[in-house]
Amino acid sequence: MNLKIVVLAKQVPDTRNVGKDAMKEDGTVNRGALPAIFNPDDLNALEMALEIKDRRKDVEVIVLTMGPGRAADIIREAIFRGADKGYLLTDRKFAGSDTLATSYALYKAVQKINPDLIICGLQAIDGDTAQVGPQIAEKLQFPQVTYVEKLNEADERQLVLTRRLERGIETVKVNFPALITVHASANPCRPKHAKRMLKYKHAHTLSELQDQNRDYTDLFKEHPYLRIEEWNAESVEADESYLGLSGSPTKVKGIESVVLTQKESKRFTDKDQDIDQLMKELLETRVIG
Amino acid sequence: MENFFLDNEHLAFHLSHPLMKSIVKMKEKNYTESKRYDYAPLDFEDAIDSYKKILEVIGEIAGEIIAPNAEEVDKEGVTLANNVVTYAKGTQQNHEVLKRAGMYGLSLPRKYDGLNFPMVISIMVAEIIARADASFSNIWSLQDCAETIHEFASEELKSKYLPMIHQGNTCSMALTEPDAGSDLQAVMLKAHYDHEAKCWRLNGVKRFITNGDADIQLVLARSEEDTTDARGLSCFLYDRMDNAVTIRRVENKLGIKGAPTCELVYKNAPAQLIGDERMGLIKYVMSLMNAARLGIGAQSVGLAEAAYREALKYANEREQFDSKIIDFPPVYEMLAGMRAKLDGVRSLLYETSRFVDMYKLFTFEGKERSLSNEERNEMKYYQRLADVYTPLLKLFASEYCNQIAYDALQIHGGTGYMKDFPVERLMRDARITNIYEGTSQLQVVAAIRGVSSGTYLKRIKEYEAIELKPEWQVLKNTLVDMTHRFEKTFAIAKEWNNIEMFDFNARRLVEMVGNIVIGYLLILDAEHHIDYTHSAHIFIQMGDAQNREKEAYIARFTENDLAAYQSIK
Repeated sequence: MNLKIVVLAKQVPDTRNVGKDAMKEDGTVNRGALPAIFNPDDLNALEMALEIKDRRKDVEVIVLTMGPGRAADIIREAIFRGADKGYLLTDRKFAGSDTLATSYALYKAVQKINPDLIICGLQAIDGDTAQVGPQIAEKLQFPQVTYVEKLNEADERQLVLTRRLERGIETVKVNFPALITVHASANPCRPKHAKRMLKYKHAHTLSELQDQNRDYTDLFKEHPYLRIEEWNAESVEADESYLGLSGSPTKVKGIESVVLTQKESKRFTDKDQDIDQLMKELLETRVIG
Repeated sequence: MENFFLDNEHLAFHLSHPLMKSIVKMKEKNYTESKRYDYAPLDFEDAIDSYKKILEVIGEIAGEIIAPNAEEVDKEGVTLANNVVTYAKGTQQNHEVLKRAGMYGLSLPRKYDGLNFPMVISIMVAEIIARADASFSNIWSLQDCAETIHEFASEELKSKYLPMIHQGNTCSMALTEPDAGSDLQAVMLKAHYDHEAKCWRLNGVKRFITNGDADIQLVLARSEEDTTDARGLSCFLYDRMDNAVTIRRVENKLGIKGAPTCELVYKNAPAQLIGDERMGLIKYVMSLMNAARLGIGAQSVGLAEAAYREALKYANEREQFDSKIIDFPPVYEMLAGMRAKLDGVRSLLYETSRFVDMYKLFTFEGKERSLSNEERNEMKYYQRLADVYTPLLKLFASEYCNQIAYDALQIHGGTGYMKDFPVERLMRDARITNIYEGTSQLQVVAAIRGVSSGTYLKRIKEYEAIELKPEWQVLKNTLVDMTHRFEKTFAIAKEWNNIEMFDFNARRLVEMVGNIVIGYLLILDAEHHIDYTHSAHIFIQMGDAQNREKEAYIARFTENDLAAYQSIK
């Protein structure tokens, strides 16, 4: 039986190296000032999909991303790292989507692919909501396993996974179909593979080629694997009222710049008595224990 | 994101050399390989784009993984337990990432799972990796042993062992013995044919073997009984899976601590002959050594790049007497001189690599079809150049690497002597480059042949004949004058009719030639890119002054002078 895995990936501004001009005056992210990268947790997600593929031969790993035309970059990157193919979900109608509208659009696209397993990164570094994966699972009525750190077993019907929780780990079994979200502590993604890069470096969406005024009709005919499919709202049969701004109930009321300051401090010496006291306080305030 | 390819524009510059068109066209068999392999390039531009894409990934791995690991690797070194050598954790990670990225075997043909990249590119990769960690570049570059297997071994050995390179199996070349270092003709490790097992057996000891616990080992051994010279030596392949070699010790070294240096004891170790008997040293190991010397050239340039960058950074940060130290003449003199040597010797590195590529490509082509007279002449032309440029490169690159690392530490002052900055490691690592794969003194022995045969001079005249923009005329005049002075000096040395006097001054003559060659390469580079203007200026001025000193020395040299030196014996 062929196992179809969809990896949800997002192209995000690299918020790890933030300079002065990273935020606009209105408090939103200045995407132009930051390099666009593969969302870090999504790379862990991709790696987990590829690990399942390593264990079972009959696995297809498909990357799905929603974003502007240049998000095709991360589909190429995923393919260089080992994914089989990718779809770019792109439409002006998606602009302004919050997590609800995003998860709706992705849900419609996932339905079209009809996978056995969906793997997402835990969260994206631009929004940090960790909501999109779980919302898609709800819409599909798939069981979901969040905070996955390790793939223990993958067989015909199910996965055995370890979750990283605040106070420890938990091992769970889940049957297909399912959706899992992967924690940053999972295995880092394998590097781009030399031969795959050389084979797929010409993979493009039709819009990219049209923008560059290049005619690739023959190339696509000879090498169909070089075509990255583009989908829009219509092709995934999405109801427009659920998309973009109109489908997004979240409204940002205001953004505040918070500077953290130290309020009070206590000194403890290294004497046993003091350490006892410190432990007691920490237990009482439930910082530990 | 650190990227050691993208942050160094000199590398991409050297990919733009006009000879690359011929190299790539021949390497790709006129771009017919793309019909059989979906990752082969469609044309020249596509090939260069592929090289750059791979170099970019290597540059990222070097900058983000290998370089940050280097300090710990140096500290941790290697360990030997239960006859197994274990690399430092960082080394293991470096190896694993490059293996998973499918980067091993990139110069091998596609039918052996390689990427079929020219020598110029694999040398550039070696340079990038050496800049990140010279000790790791040893392990990485030893995969060049595969070139010797590819060129000379049977198809049976090739189809078994070459694909293993791509899978990340490591290599080593076991040549040196306790009593056979520079003088490899004295190798004693014994090989005899075991008729029952239908394989060769090796018995004896090898010493100072870099990466001696590798999966695939090329061993130089004496296969002919009762012989004592090079003609009794053959080249063998030993497979680590046969588990018949004892690692007696790993050396505790000054530098390149991440690369294990082993003493090996062979006890009836099974081995397979590479090519023909008796050709081991004369043909195969000479070819292997030439490739390795080119590799050390790349390692030296990479290390020098790292040292230069450390020095430049420190000189811009450190303030004394209310000024950045880079503002003081003795400091900026050192830095500009380092940069000129670095630019110059890198140009020599890629010039040599192109010659090696051209000559090897014709050689392989000649195995498949008979070459035309014109092609055969071209092959000989490039072979001659590759033969004399390789030792010249090894000599200059390794010596400059040491000088640049030395000056880089000097610029750091007392801080540089401490373990707190990477420059002390770079200096320790640099120190081996002018020793192994033939000391500088031995490179002179090889290079002086190119002086005597006139091969360098012929090439210098070819550089001289190239039309340049008028702004280079002054520097070119200096080079023309340097060439006259060299010819005059060489004539004096020949007229001595005294071999010992000539040998005594060989290094001076070779260095005179080297200064002229590198000077020309730099003005040719400056002709194409404004960046090299100052380096060309500084290098030629420096080289001219050095050559005048050597000229004066040789012009006045007498038998009496030689006798004074000989009195030390």
